[in-house]
Amino acid sequence: MSADFLYGIEVIINGLMAGVLYALVALGFVLIFKASGIFNYAQGVMALFAALTLVGIMEGEVPFSHLINAVFGTNIHHFGWEVPALLAILLTLVVMIFFAWAVQQFVFRHLVGQEPIILFMATIGLAYFLEGVGDLMWGSDIKTLALGLPQGGSLWVEDMTSGLGGDDFYGFFIDKLDMVATVVAIVLVTGLILFAQYTKQGRAMRAVADDHQAALSVGISLNFIWVLVWSLAGLVALVAGIMWGAKSGVQFSLSLIALKALPVLMLGGFTSIPGAIVGGLIIGVGEKLFEYIIGPMVGGATENWFAYVLALIFLVFRPQGLFGEKIIERV
Amino acid sequence: MKDMLTPYVTDDGRQIGDILMDMRNITLRFGGVEAIKDISFNIQEGEIRAIIGPNGAGKSSMLNVISGFYNPQEGEVWFRGKKRPPMKPFQVARLGIARTFQNIALFEGMSVLDNVMTGRLNHMNAGLFSQALWKGRAEREETENREAVERVIDFLEIQAIRKTPVGRLPYGLKKRVELARALAAEPKLLLLDEPMAGMNVEEKEDMSRFILDVNDEFGTTIALIEHDMGVVMDLSDRVIVMDYGRKIGDGTPEEVRNNQEVIDAYLGVAHD
Repeated sequence: MSADFLYGIEVIINGLMAGVLYALVALGFVLIFKASGIFNYAQGVMALFAALTLVGIMEGEVPFSHLINAVFGTNIHHFGWEVPALLAILLTLVVMIFFAWAVQQFVFRHLVGQEPIILFMATIGLAYFLEGVGDLMWGSDIKTLALGLPQGGSLWVEDMTSGLGGDDFYGFFIDKLDMVATVVAIVLVTGLILFAQYTKQGRAMRAVADDHQAALSVGISLNFIWVLVWSLAGLVALVAGIMWGAKSGVQFSLSLIALKALPVLMLGGFTSIPGAIVGGLIIGVGEKLFEYIIGPMVGGATENWFAYVLALIFLVFRPQGLFGEKIIERV
Repeated sequence: MKDMLTPYVTDDGRQIGDILMDMRNITLRFGGVEAIKDISFNIQEGEIRAIIGPNGAGKSSMLNVISGFYNPQEGEVWFRGKKRPPMKPFQVARLGIARTFQNIALFEGMSVLDNVMTGRLNHMNAGLFSQALWKGRAEREETENREAVERVIDFLEIQAIRKTPVGRLPYGLKKRVELARALAAEPKLLLLDEPMAGMNVEEKEDMSRFILDVNDEFGTTIALIEHDMGVVMDLSDRVIVMDYGRKIGDGTPEEVRNNQEVIDAYLGVAHD
């Protein structure tokens, strides 16, 4: 096998792993959109907020310390303890569930029955609000998320595959963190699917996603289900925040990954969980492969726009996405 | 006139019990429009109670008041001897009041089996932990619920379409699946909003038979709205007639048929 061909395969593998992270963010969008028709612009900021909170709790930082110090003239920043990673993750999850409840209680409960554009505007407001709260709670400096996840290229994979090509081929370079992210994503998605298929709450969730009126008539509280889907979206955001944060540090540009989820959704369809996953993988592979093959001819940096152009093409020829429900207008 | 406030036995020998649902002086307004004007009536245990009237008479509004989709501005709703505070529809459903809709509200993307299964949601009490481990209560409940659902599916003769997504079914069968979902909840009171609307003669006969069988077999109390006068007279034990939001008649089909006001308002008018 020629080395070029093998490097192409390596690009595809790395693309798939990058795609997993896109898919994770897109999944958060789909969960909320299916159940409530709200396009949650704040999903990316939720991932940022979750990562910030996780780092803050782990390092024993005092939330709102700047505010407290300014008001009371104190000078506290740390509790002086460190919280183990697993406990910190659980505590962060509690914070995300509280956030889900608050969003429903104070925002969307009052907007039931409003136009989609109004709900969308509310989520934009929510995004900036949450970004501000994250800033106020934990400060705006870039943080490193030291969960102790394996990082760097996997030597094992490199050694195992170096014999495949000629002298020009040194084996596949695959980041260990990407491998971990892939495994975690698979576990998360499997868990979500099992939850939706076989539990009472999952059934109720699917029922609400399908028809609100019918759901009410069988005794499902819409309010509860909406808190539930926002909580699940918070969980997905936490996982995405951990993976992205471990990869490139917890910083405010993290919230921009939400924008990469948009083309993923246009590809996969806004209402399909498999669509979000497949869409994420296609975008991941597509942009890496495009950069590898076409990139050198056009001066590179195609990863910035490739996903959006692909989404645009999809919008023209298949507006409902790969897996979305076909839009049929009856006249 | 028969004394309706005490238990009685119907002509075909069914025992009708105490008052299950008592609507007292219900008034419902939408802005300045009075959809229901000071209406009182009751539904007794084991009865088939019909609400009839011309279009816009307020029949559906009344059903929506009973099922909690609307809360009346005035009047009291009594259920099983207790005054019911204003409630959300899902809370009413949890009290044991199931319903179907005039324009069918099913989960189109789910199979018939899954749809009927959602009717059992209020019979699932196992905690998430038990459900995850699939032990103890969760396992036992799931078995019970599956059995209950299969009974309903057999009863309504929809075994052949168990796995079919509801979105692909013809109209008449969708109506039947909706009834199955409501029945699966084992309701104390079953509300049917025009169960035969848009059906052909054969489908109507099937549906009438199912309604009678449900009442007979499970002793389910049923309140239904219907346009088809013939069907109503054959099916129901007692009939309420509404017109322009008022109640203009209440009694056995025989009594209602002979009520002059009813004849003027509804039966006397040439109707399809």
